[in-house]
Amino acid sequence: MSAPPVLGRRPVRLGPVSTVWRPRAVLVPVVLAVVALVLAAVDVGRGDYPIGVLDVLRILAGDGEQADRFVVVELRLPRALTALLVGLAFGMSGAILQSVARNALASPDILGITQGAGVGAVALIVLGGGALGGVAEVVGPPVAALVGGLLAAVAIYLLAWRQGVSGFRLVLVGIAVSAVLTSTISYLLVVADFTEAASATVWLTGSLNGRGWEHVVPLTVVLAVVGLLAMTGGATLSALRLGDDSARALGVRLQTGQAAQLGIAVVLASVAVAAAGPVPFVALVAPQVALRLVRSPGPPVLAGGLAGAVLVVGSDVVSRTLLPVELPVGVLTAALGAPYLLYLLARRTRRSDA
Amino acid sequence: MTAAPTPDGPAGRLVARDLTLGYGERVVVEHLDLDVLDGGTTAVIGPNGCGKSTLLRALGRLLRPQGGQVLLDGQRIDRLPTREVARALGMLPQSPVAPEGLTVADLVTRGRHPHQAWFRQWSRDDEAVVAEAMTWTGVLDLADRPVDALSGGQRQRAWIAMALAQGTDLLLLDEPTTHLDLAHAVDVLDLVDRLHHDRGRTVVMVLHDLSLAARYADHLVAMRDGRIVAQGPPREVITPELLADVFGLRAAVLPDPVSDGVLVVPIGTRHTRQAAVRGTSAPTRGAA
Repeated sequence: MSAPPVLGRRPVRLGPVSTVWRPRAVLVPVVLAVVALVLAAVDVGRGDYPIGVLDVLRILAGDGEQADRFVVVELRLPRALTALLVGLAFGMSGAILQSVARNALASPDILGITQGAGVGAVALIVLGGGALGGVAEVVGPPVAALVGGLLAAVAIYLLAWRQGVSGFRLVLVGIAVSAVLTSTISYLLVVADFTEAASATVWLTGSLNGRGWEHVVPLTVVLAVVGLLAMTGGATLSALRLGDDSARALGVRLQTGQAAQLGIAVVLASVAVAAAGPVPFVALVAPQVALRLVRSPGPPVLAGGLAGAVLVVGSDVVSRTLLPVELPVGVLTAALGAPYLLYLLARRTRRSDA
Repeated sequence: MTAAPTPDGPAGRLVARDLTLGYGERVVVEHLDLDVLDGGTTAVIGPNGCGKSTLLRALGRLLRPQGGQVLLDGQRIDRLPTREVARALGMLPQSPVAPEGLTVADLVTRGRHPHQAWFRQWSRDDEAVVAEAMTWTGVLDLADRPVDALSGGQRQRAWIAMALAQGTDLLLLDEPTTHLDLAHAVDVLDLVDRLHHDRGRTVVMVLHDLSLAARYADHLVAMRDGRIVAQGPPREVITPELLADVFGLRAAVLPDPVSDGVLVVPIGTRHTRQAAVRGTSAPTRGAA
């Protein structure tokens, strides 16, 4: 009864629900998710008191000894979960921004959104200085980062606005704003005293050290809400990728659609920075890697997020297993992500030359 | 769609009333009235910068008028829901660019956007309409090819297929033959012609080539400095006097040997046999 597939694509239909079966669009995210979870399990096992991967999984399933349970669930799981969620948020944020701006450079670290978050947190650490104590010392920097990131995004959007926002202008304005914010951070570090500058620098590198459930919970809540919103925006993003005029001709309410997608991306990036600091390069590279794995016409949001999760958790694992000294995760994300992107680019070029 | 089409009547489906258009301070079109011929092909001609693309963008609701209004089925187009407009009126911008790696099938499928929801991305209707649009434009065999790897003519046909898949009665095309060689330009215009002959679609397009415009349009609109200077059947509109007036072009207008249209033969200042030229046109500028 079913009609033969036309146009080489297999339809999936159930009642009013219908979509196209694209093997790579399903398989790549599944594989990335499995890899990310396995890496997270390895990550949880690492430390002064090593626990095997299978034991970790047994403990997470509800078995295992009391002492091991405490180490895994209370001490180490939050760190691994933070890494997963931060990577997911950065990757999704980058994929959305790159799609809306139609520019692979449009990631929160290039546009100055993470720098805005950095200024917020560093300003609080340095200027708030000794006045901070107790709860404020833990909660303060993330909240300041969140505010800083959102303010930077609003400033960039308003400065780039000229009867609408074009992607290229957004990137240029973002680079300018980012430069101003970077020098602001440098200024703050120069005027800070030694201990404040040291703790601000660690935060700025992007670190997963000492992350607890108090970091995981807000991240999870925001990702659940905003991430779901991002998923339903897929069709709008597909239309936006065709250009402003085409998108509007196809019935997309351009300004509303753009602003909503940008808003989602900014919140995702800001929460991620608030949780782990401005972990560099993840938001730029993860969507591009996912794009080449899925072979989709634009950076895929979900796969981009999962690639980000693999990158952050993988960097943490490498830092804690292969290296003699444990480095902040931010040092490794760029070192691992960049060569892989270069490899993908080189491979693709060679194939299209052939 | 309930009201019967009224060719040449004042109440067409798409009309512009007292339209003033511009970008910021710069006014491009002033106090313009236009009734788009229902079920016909209208070509807008005029020199560079005369406001013809701006007019088309306003008709397609890509540009908000500074004054006056565009009416779609009697209602102000800027007050209608965006999706509703997208189901009635398709618009192909000038030299659109597809993202790298987007396949022809994916591009044409985007045309279904105003009919889709996040949970309904590939219904039987979508599939049938997309397949038909691709067959019709001759890009079915290219379904899995990336748009950026196609030739100019193929690419333009793929974009027209997308606009077609949108399933609208009204179609606005901004210079559909730009960057195409003559053979491919004729190919694309034949396709547009079949659209309104076989399908009863209303087409408005901006064209640069005057002979092609005269050949393919039922109704010609000549613009200069943001105003309509003349409009009507091509043979009445395209005269040496109008070409001199609108384009500042000295040209001979001859009967087209293969159609009911006319041929525009530019005169220029060199390579011209003076005996043949004498008395063909009233020059307004340039050598004489």
